[in-house]
Amino acid sequence: MTDLAKIRNFSIVAHIDHGKSTLADRLIQETGTVETREMKEQLLDSMDIERERGITIKANTVRIDYLADDGEQYVLNLIDTPGHVDFAYEVSRSMRAVEGSLLVVDSSQGVEAQTLANVYHAIEANHEIVPVLNKIDLPASDCDRVAEQIEDVIGIDATGAIQVSAKTGQGIHETLEAIVKELPAPEGNRDAPLKAMLVDSWYDAYLGVIVLVRVIDGVLRKGDRIKMMQNGSVHPVDRIGVFKPEMTMIDELGPGEIGFLTASIKQVRDTRVGDTITHEKKGCAEPLPGFKPAQPVVFCGLFPVDNAEFEDLRDSIEKLALNDASFSYEMETSAALGFGFRCGFLGLLHLEVIRDRIEREYNIELITTAPSVIYHVHMRDGTMLELHNPADMPDLTHVDHIEEPRIKATILVPDEYLGDVLKLCQDRRGIQLDLTYAGSRAMVVYDLPLNEVVFDFYDRLKSVTKGYASFDYQLTGYREDFLVKMTVLVNEDPVDALSTMVHRDRAEQRGRALVEKLKELIPRHMFKIPIQAAIGGRVVARETLSAMRKDVTAKCYGGDVSRKKKLLEKQKAGKKKMRQFGKVEIPQQAFINALKMDD
Amino acid sequence: MEDWQNGGFGFYVHWPFCMAKCPYCDFNSHVSKEIDQKQWRSAYLSEIDRVAEEIGPRTLNTIYFGGGTPSLMDPDLVAAIIERIRTHWPTANDFEVTLEANPTSIEAGRFQGYRDGGVSRISMGYQALNDEDLRRLGRMHTAKEGMEAFEIAKNAFDRVSFDLIYARQDQTLDAWRDELTRALELSIDHLSLYQLTIEQGTAFGDRYERGKLRGLPSEDLATDMFFVTQELCDKAGMSAYEVSNHAKLGSESRHNLVYWRYGDYAGIGPGAHGRITVNGQKIATETLRQPEAWLQAVEKSSNGETERDIVSKADQASEMLMMGLRLSEGVSLERFSALSGSKISSQTLENLSEMGMLLLDGDRLRATPQGRVILNALLRELLVDI
Ligand SMILES: Nc1nc2c(ncn2[C@@H]2O[C@H](COP(=O)(O)OP(=O)(O)OP(=O)(O)O)[C@@H](O)[C@H]2O)c(=O)[nH]1
Ligand SMILES: C[S@@+](CC[C@H](N)C(=O)[O-])C[C@H]1O[C@@H](n2cnc3c(N)ncnc32)[C@H](O)[C@@H]1O
Ligand code: SF4
Ligand SMILES: [Mg+2]
Repeated sequence: MTDLAKIRNFSIVAHIDHGKSTLADRLIQETGTVETREMKEQLLDSMDIERERGITIKANTVRIDYLADDGEQYVLNLIDTPGHVDFAYEVSRSMRAVEGSLLVVDSSQGVEAQTLANVYHAIEANHEIVPVLNKIDLPASDCDRVAEQIEDVIGIDATGAIQVSAKTGQGIHETLEAIVKELPAPEGNRDAPLKAMLVDSWYDAYLGVIVLVRVIDGVLRKGDRIKMMQNGSVHPVDRIGVFKPEMTMIDELGPGEIGFLTASIKQVRDTRVGDTITHEKKGCAEPLPGFKPAQPVVFCGLFPVDNAEFEDLRDSIEKLALNDASFSYEMETSAALGFGFRCGFLGLLHLEVIRDRIEREYNIELITTAPSVIYHVHMRDGTMLELHNPADMPDLTHVDHIEEPRIKATILVPDEYLGDVLKLCQDRRGIQLDLTYAGSRAMVVYDLPLNEVVFDFYDRLKSVTKGYASFDYQLTGYREDFLVKMTVLVNEDPVDALSTMVHRDRAEQRGRALVEKLKELIPRHMFKIPIQAAIGGRVVARETLSAMRKDVTAKCYGGDVSRKKKLLEKQKAGKKKMRQFGKVEIPQQAFINALKMDD
Repeated sequence: MEDWQNGGFGFYVHWPFCMAKCPYCDFNSHVSKEIDQKQWRSAYLSEIDRVAEEIGPRTLNTIYFGGGTPSLMDPDLVAAIIERIRTHWPTANDFEVTLEANPTSIEAGRFQGYRDGGVSRISMGYQALNDEDLRRLGRMHTAKEGMEAFEIAKNAFDRVSFDLIYARQDQTLDAWRDELTRALELSIDHLSLYQLTIEQGTAFGDRYERGKLRGLPSEDLATDMFFVTQELCDKAGMSAYEVSNHAKLGSESRHNLVYWRYGDYAGIGPGAHGRITVNGQKIATETLRQPEAWLQAVEKSSNGETERDIVSKADQASEMLMMGLRLSEGVSLERFSALSGSKISSQTLENLSEMGMLLLDGDRLRATPQGRVILNALLRELLVDI
């Protein structure tokens, strides 16, 4: 049990790649939490995919013991959070478990869109915020400018900002001192009934479901019978522990402390993040306010390239969903692609991460169909249909109107690229809400349809601004618009997996781009192939893929037989990766690549 | 009857040396200053004896000296090889011995010697009929020297063929039309007309990968050139009997027909391939590619081969189809089924015939000229389930 006054709980938040995980490394190392020889870069990013992509996907908690300059021993609970907008939910719920935030800003880059977004979350959570200017070892580092920016754009005092290099370790001691001095100690009552926040939960192959908790009041002990207040289920606590960062068992967690418990809970689904945990007997009266659950916003179909692998795919998806409540799935059949799943994700990066994991950890090759958002289709009879898949669009005669999700997007960009950014937003049916300047950077706020953003907006933004823009968004609600389903016909046959919803005014342009792209992606066949985009019965764009003209080995003598046969075997294997539509074969990547616009 | 008898039996001898390496060529050819032809002679003879013991008696249809540049071989080396082969097998009535030659003056000087040693047919690598293009192809001869060699060859041999490479850098359709017309006027009865292929690992291949090989024809132009070739040769009575080979009726290369009709062929010399039927099994053979390594292996262990594979019946069927559809005479479907134990889907055959790619005439399956230029695509369709 730790004295409340000696506890500091905080999250580390920043724009993507500004150095949160590296800063966490240094704090862990400086305090001797992990032996230097066991240290590795971004220690907390433990998933393969995190290490490979160099990004944080899941928030991670570590308990650090720190002997401060005042001679007192402190317990610091640190939560390293992801920077990418898809995982913003991880950040906001992590913040609910702590009292303060280290706001890391790369001093060679400055304030970016997720810096802002994270500050808003922190303010909402009533956090004390300590600004940290990182990467001061870089030649491009400019602390004065960035401190000014923090004051101008964010409006928080940056005079006390700590200058740090998470790479060299400079400023780490100062950071630890600031944590102790600037951040508030948690409040709580040891004698009150148990009230703990269920911050996160995941499945561990050895220990079963692990629940991350923050105790607000009371004491949680091994052997206690605890109750989940939302559904009233009761579980005996098997283990209690903390992350240092490896799991370390302890006997109890008191107010202000963060740790984990296991309680022979079968499935992650039996736990709800944001739930309140109390004792079965003499429980607390009022639950905590809880969190809004994370909702998938982007949907796409995942189909096995080899139809025989459908059951393996089901298995892998079920396993991944066990640990990821924000990932949804249901079975889908497509005339073109056979059996698969319609899956929901938090965003495109989330989609890519799940897809990669299925392909690599479970060794199943996938066809991914075009991502879509959820449309609200209001029927003439007054009912409303949530449309996750354009292929399921009902007959238009029964449809009254269609609504689509909108977002509020914040983009920070250097002046010189502003024009391109505005054009991009305008092209994507955006409505400008705000445009302000902070030094040589512009901050643009746009109201945009999510379906225009979901797919390649971020890539396009990066390419038109040479990587200098940053982007963040929030869902704002639904709005009616003139949306239509665009069908693609290849060799006169509709290909359901290529159907998309588009705005009527953009249909021609989209259709043209799509058929042109498909023309590049489908290999030539022995015959010419018309590729058309149509709305209802009306063709809005058309291209013809001409027939292949030459494919023969000019010189073939006795010794070539084996070589040629190998080549043919390879080609035959390639052919198996195509999907057959009537007489036409479409390569698996075409389903997603066709939608990438180079406008 | 064994399956190989549909194609006959040929003997291939590989000579792996050239004066210089051409930038487009990925054949097993090496440039070497010192070649002890005596040493090579005993190695070849030893290999002939080894192969003969395994194959046993049967009628031999052809011998082929390929390279590399076999016209660098001493005529008596060539004669000795022919003689040794003939001691092992009786020869067919239309027995033919071909030697590949480069048309330089030095080599032309040896032609009569080859003739005397038993070579009956010569295949000359002209590649182009103008000096500028010959230089770009890295050839050692001039157009004039080539013509002189051709005259000598015509006097020495009953049958002379030559090779041209077209679809070269910066070649126009008209330029090729002219060049081919001139070639056809030389009253010749066999021509090999190859489209330039950029092979990996060659000088052209490297340049191509670096984006530095300019002026190659587009697929469309190359295809047009192919069809112009068919048209001009048809008019001259030299229709294609194979994708790239043209001959007057009856003047086809017997040896190459053995390959394309999927007969048996023994292959000796560095990097030679073979397909021989032994005890009812088709065996794929291959020899060491490096001349020195091959020579040593033959001297030390009396065997220049590397690994061997038994070709399954299904693979034989695929190989037979791959080779046979190159020929205008096509293949026998019955033979295909007898080998593979299965049939090509009649739906596929019907579709491809309807598209004008295949001709089905009783038991014979042929590719049309339209089909032949996309033969690889046809084969993918035909063999997808085999
Ligand atoms: N030069 C320099 N590089 C740094 C410093 N801190 C972090 N980096 C580098 O910046 C990159 C991003 O660092 P991370 O710690 O992964 O950033 P992050 O904020 O955790 O990123 P996400 O979790 O993906 O949002 C890595 O290549 C680090 O090595 C620093 O102080 N100086
Ligand atoms: C084995 S080569 C050797 C013959 C002889 N050494 C010569 O070069 O004349 C046989 C023929 O293949 C053709 N050939 C070789 N490489 C080629 C390529 N990359 N593209 C097209 N034809 C090629 C040439 O026409 C050549 O004459
Ligand atoms: S083309 Fe003929 S001469 Fe040229 S390297 Fe090849 S084999 Fe030798
Ligand atoms: Mg990180």
